Amino acid sequence: MQGFRRRMTAAPSTGQSLVIDAVTQRYGAFFAVDHVSLDIKAGELVALLGPSGCGKTTLLRIIAGFILQSEGHVVIGDRLMDGLPPNRREVGIVFQNYALFPHMTIADNIAYGLAARGVAADEQKTRVKDMLALIKLDHIADRFPKQLSGGQQQRVALARALAVKPNILLLDEPFAALDKNLRLDMQIEIKRIQRLAGTTAVLVTHDQEEALSMADRVAVLNAGRLEQYAPPTEVYDAPKSLFVNTFVGTANTLPGKVVALNGEATVALDIGGDIKTRAPTVPVAVGDRVTVCMRPEHLRLADSGEGIAGIVEMGLPLGPSIVHEVRTADGRALKVTEPRAAGAQPRAPGSAVRVRTVGANVISIFPAAAA
Amino acid sequence: MAATPTTQNLPTVTAYELKLAWPLGAFFIVFFLAPLVLLFIVSLYTDTTMTHFGLTQYAKFLLDPFSLKVLGATLWLGVEVTALCLLLGFPLAYVYLRVPGWAQSVLILIVLLPLLTSVVVRTFAWIVILGRQGIINTALLELGLIDSPLRLLYTEGGVIVALAQVQMPLMVLPLITALTRIDPNLADASAALGAGAWRTFWKVTLPLTLPGVIAGCLLTYAAALSAFITQTLVGGGQMLFMPMYLYQQASTLNNWPFAAAISFIFLVAVFAVITVFNMLGKISQGYANA
Ligand SMILES: Nc1ncnc2c1ncn2[C@@H]1O[C@H](COP(=O)(O)OP(=O)(O)OP(=O)(O)O)[C@@H](O)[C@H]1O
Ligand SMILES: [Mg+2]
Repeated sequence: MQGFRRRMTAAPSTGQSLVIDAVTQRYGAFFAVDHVSLDIKAGELVALLGPSGCGKTTLLRIIAGFILQSEGHVVIGDRLMDGLPPNRREVGIVFQNYALFPHMTIADNIAYGLAARGVAADEQKTRVKDMLALIKLDHIADRFPKQLSGGQQQRVALARALAVKPNILLLDEPFAALDKNLRLDMQIEIKRIQRLAGTTAVLVTHDQEEALSMADRVAVLNAGRLEQYAPPTEVYDAPKSLFVNTFVGTANTLPGKVVALNGEATVALDIGGDIKTRAPTVPVAVGDRVTVCMRPEHLRLADSGEGIAGIVEMGLPLGPSIVHEVRTADGRALKVTEPRAAGAQPRAPGSAVRVRTVGANVISIFPAAAA
Repeated sequence: MAATPTTQNLPTVTAYELKLAWPLGAFFIVFFLAPLVLLFIVSLYTDTTMTHFGLTQYAKFLLDPFSLKVLGATLWLGVEVTALCLLLGFPLAYVYLRVPGWAQSVLILIVLLPLLTSVVVRTFAWIVILGRQGIINTALLELGLIDSPLRLLYTEGGVIVALAQVQMPLMVLPLITALTRIDPNLADASAALGAGAWRTFWKVTLPLTLPGVIAGCLLTYAAALSAFITQTLVGGGQMLFMPMYLYQQASTLNNWPFAAAISFIFLVAVFAVITVFNMLGKISQGYANA
């Protein structure tokens, strides 16, 4: 056993692949996680993104082995994990509140997993030293967690999880407790360390910017179901559902009816006028009611001519861009973000404008929710 | 809590606190400190008629093997009761945190029940249980496991068990408080790092519960030592502990100076034990809250 463990921890530090196969977690009739399937490659960083209560933590705890799923399988590398307790899964986890052992020094915290695996004392020491160097805290190895700042505690939690060279690293909203500046530093730091260690990582977050900036691929969850699983740019540029379109980034939505489908789609908006959009990702037929989604940066303002008529409510010059809020005839607010030329001023409130799209290929339509 | 005044208001707050403490302080001075001083003066008389001063009563106790044996037996009894309470109380507190809400209410009621019953009633219940014709002996005889009744009452074992039951809440409540304060993620973190249930218990749960363990032991120990009624009724005539010993000297033999000296020696001995406990508590507290 001892020898086996030592060999395992001395293995090269590249992470393992992780397959989540139709995993479901039921609480009574309620589905906290509903047939979610994810295929995560070794060394990849995947973000689980979704609103509060969508089942992110539950899925993470299933991967770690704290919850036994009602259905489906978890496979790490080529080993089926179902029924294996957390201490035999070789999975590292960083909790939202870090969960450092308060009665142990930083060095002892980092050594904890090594000791649990029966790693020899001198090897423990070198490994702890390496980890402390990696997180740049070697000068305060003998402090207790309470004596550290939030960012430092988080780095220790990360080092503790990585010290045992886990096959998978799980991070549950690791940045939620940090202030904005520190958060960005830590995001870069964690990404650096994860790359360096070659660990496969699953990051839980409800912050879309964090997911888009850090992850190789983003899994968007809603009410326990997987809405889309794709690289960040694809999730943003080609959202697969109305939920993804509105949850990731901002989107202006307008109701309408499909009037033509030919590679692109043409939608007659309820407030008047036609708009060309890209082909729908979800099948719709001519005559169907749809919701048109337009990102603010894909809209432009004009004084007259074609486009949706509206009145400027407010204009905000934001340095590199100008944001206008335009009120349409039926009272909806449209956000329009345009690049700002030097010296350009926002339009005066009350001025009549036309809102146009920059092109059909960036406008999405989704079947209108059956109301 | 050492108040380091950083703002102007702090001294005022301290003044308030002192004022509020006055009623209780006065109560203690009149009904605790004053009698204690009187008791100490009484203990300094050399004779029962209380005419001459001297330290003979203390010398008498400390040079008398019988008296020292009673003191030793009493301090040891406290240790045994405390150990038994800890042994039974810890698993109980541990289970308490892991059962659903309704079961917690039931457990807490069972734990608190001894506090809600009179000491005399509880002690007589134990006599009924442990006696020659008691529940245990009757059951064992009926089952044919024994031929003649076991001697359970009037034994040290009987006293320990009865005292442990009575003092259990004093152990379990601080333990539950200490266990509740531990972040449940710590156990999960430990498991994810490869530790089994035992390792997690020894390395994480137990060290973090130590302040509660110390508090529980302190309360249980002090209460077990002075539990006059239970000690006497369940222990019977053969076993003599300090409370009964000094009661005999005072009431039966009317040797007030010697009884007073016994009280003081007992007080100092208990203080010594508690100070050691307390020091352990301080150390463990620094350790757990560092
Ligand atoms: N033990 C449980 N019993 C019943 N329902 C539960 C249980 N645990 C979680 N749930 C429910 O499952 C859903 C998903 O919970 P989960 O903690 O995974 O959400 P989350 O996505 O992590 O949310 P947040 O961003 O707020 O942390 C929630 O609606 C929650 O109420
Ligand atoms: Mg969560």
